[in-house]
Amino acid sequence: MKFDQIMVRYGEMALKGKNRKAFEQRLKHNLSIKLKAFPNTKITKTRGRMYILLNGEDPHEVMAECQEVFGIHSLSFAVKVEKTEEQLKEAVLLAFHDAKDARTFKISSKRTDKDFPIQSADLNPLLGGHILRNTDGAKVDVHHPDVEIKVEVRHDAAYVTAQDYPGAGGLPVGTTGKSLLMLSGGIDSPVSGYLTMKRGVEIEAIHFHSPPYTSDRAKQKVIDLAKELSRFGKSIKIHVVPFTAVQQKIHREMPAGYSMTIMRRMMMRISERIAQKQGILSLTTGESLGQVASQTMESMNTINEVTNYPIIRPLVSMDKLEIIDISRKIGTYDISIRPYEDCCTVFVPKAPKTKPTRENANYYESSADFSEDINRAVAETYTIEVNASNSDQESNEFSDLL
Amino acid sequence: MIYLDNSATTHPLPEVLESYQKVADQYYANPSSVHRFGSEAERLLQHSRNQAAHLLGVDPQEVIFTSGGTEGNNMAIKGIAFMHQDRGKHLITSKIEHPSVMEAYRALESLGFEVSYIDVDRNGIVDPKKIVEAIREDTILVSIMSVNNELGTVQPVQEIGNILRKYPKLFFHVDHVQGLGKINLPIKGSGIDLCTISGHKIHGLKGTGALIVQKNVSLFPLLHGGSQEIEVRAGTENLPGTVAFVKALRLNLETQQQSLEELKSLRKTLWNELSKIDELVINSPEDSAPHIINFSIPGYKPEVVIHDLGEKDIFISTKSACSSKQPDVSAVLKACNLDRSRTTSALRVSLSYHNTEDEILTFIDALKDTIKKLQPTMGR
Repeated sequence: MKFDQIMVRYGEMALKGKNRKAFEQRLKHNLSIKLKAFPNTKITKTRGRMYILLNGEDPHEVMAECQEVFGIHSLSFAVKVEKTEEQLKEAVLLAFHDAKDARTFKISSKRTDKDFPIQSADLNPLLGGHILRNTDGAKVDVHHPDVEIKVEVRHDAAYVTAQDYPGAGGLPVGTTGKSLLMLSGGIDSPVSGYLTMKRGVEIEAIHFHSPPYTSDRAKQKVIDLAKELSRFGKSIKIHVVPFTAVQQKIHREMPAGYSMTIMRRMMMRISERIAQKQGILSLTTGESLGQVASQTMESMNTINEVTNYPIIRPLVSMDKLEIIDISRKIGTYDISIRPYEDCCTVFVPKAPKTKPTRENANYYESSADFSEDINRAVAETYTIEVNASNSDQESNEFSDLL
Repeated sequence: MIYLDNSATTHPLPEVLESYQKVADQYYANPSSVHRFGSEAERLLQHSRNQAAHLLGVDPQEVIFTSGGTEGNNMAIKGIAFMHQDRGKHLITSKIEHPSVMEAYRALESLGFEVSYIDVDRNGIVDPKKIVEAIREDTILVSIMSVNNELGTVQPVQEIGNILRKYPKLFFHVDHVQGLGKINLPIKGSGIDLCTISGHKIHGLKGTGALIVQKNVSLFPLLHGGSQEIEVRAGTENLPGTVAFVKALRLNLETQQQSLEELKSLRKTLWNELSKIDELVINSPEDSAPHIINFSIPGYKPEVVIHDLGEKDIFISTKSACSSKQPDVSAVLKACNLDRSRTTSALRVSLSYHNTEDEILTFIDALKDTIKKLQPTMGR
């Protein structure tokens, strides 16, 4: 006997009142993208739940994929069986053995079909006894069981549901608009993108590329990071901004102490322009207060002056170690630590101002006209689209070798 | 020529050799070099890793390319033992492991580790219960092979893995060199922490392979130096070999999907024909891996049989190539409690997906002929 379906429970989404339908639609859509690799699966919807019918696909592989989809509170394997004692016994045993480290269990039976000869109260000890007889060291614990196995005898068939697996939480990506993520290649910005997506936001990325100061490896890093992020949503567009000219001009014409602040302001201006072009209403950054010179209160204030777009900063109050934990969990850490120069490290002045002011920044910027450079950078920006499922096939350049 | 010694090594596929040559010629930059040429080599390496991971159902960072089975096994066993000896110094393995596992454990014994060698039954199968009985507070590692190289016995690796999950303090290492491409063993979901595979057993090149190491398992490196292979294996990467290995892996797994049933039926023919020969007794279990049959011709010196078949351009082996230079008794067969007349006269035929029924029948005729020819001097 094998599990033949996965039950999906929503979290916060269930509270959405009138909009709930749209949220459910989006979740179903997102799940179906995720399950493309399992062509036999089918998603069905009932009141307040979804079921993924496995039709022979591997339960654990499908489960692992579903656990990355935002908007799901928890999931359980379930199996539909005939209404016979034998089948039910086999199913509860399967459910218990699937719960790897479980030692104690509880069975909760429900009987909607009153014609079924065994009453709910008798079903629990009957099925529990079968687990006890067939498993070394298993124990019943009705108060704090490691796993609660639910049995429901309905008119059409009986259903057995096994232990809960945690979902990714949050809201389905695509239900709360779109944001432009400033993706540098470091540890923070991918985590920031992930947390933003968790709130249902769809992400596009913007990356500042400054050859020859930054290499194709640095750009590849960003592509690989976006690919990892796309696992949690759908494909991600990366807008690559040719930034060399702007950076050179800043380096040449702005005072060293302010070059970092002004570079960030230029990035903000360009990002806002790209967002505008794409119909995106906010920017997302990986800023975390106090981490580096650009992330002091004074810096943020000065940098923020050039845009009135909302800036989403999910990491603003997080510690570096918390951020690293998440980046490991979502698979971006190993990519982020590849040691290539990026545009934030090449032009770093010896002593960047940690307490810049808006007045000074404006004063220095007024001595040179950047508008042409910004226009050109925006005009020459090109877009790459990545998604997780095509990551292995996408580049055919090596296919004859591999 | 009829080549029936595929468990010793296999004929590299032409496509694999082609890849090797192309990469050696066109991507010879050091993947660690900063320049663009180096970065292309690095990207090719990364692609190989991604493809290997995809084929094996693991994550790319869990694939460590090695020089083959012996290195993989040593890296796993010594790597865990040295890294985690503060947790305990007790290790468990079976009595029928490959020499690269067995000797690694023996070496650790000489350094103060304690090893329990688990008995096997008549067919060479390890009883998972015996492993559980051997587990102690200070056990840190269990190594069990997926398919025995001499007998073809398939071990209940998934069952063992599931049991060992309940012991979070110890690691489970599987030597999957003989099983790869022949039996289905999902590395993920089988409770396996470390899994050794090798290139030259699947029509790749010698000196290639990988150790799959699950995330969160840390190893003490055998080779220190650069930061290649997540700092577990220093040294400039063997890019041509690696690419060739990953290509062989893909081709082999594709072939497995298409032709496993044919291979099984080939083995069945071989089995049936061998069992018709009176002088001969089959040692492998009937339901073993689809490519290995081990049998004994009591009274006949195996080496002489091999040489006579060799005269006819047919190549089979005694026990395993890695232990065949040691005299006489097969340790594996001895562990199965077979009597001396059988442990000293064992021969192994090992198939690949490229063998044909014609070859099998020709081999059988030749073997009969050899037995008859040698009878006056040996058969008693």
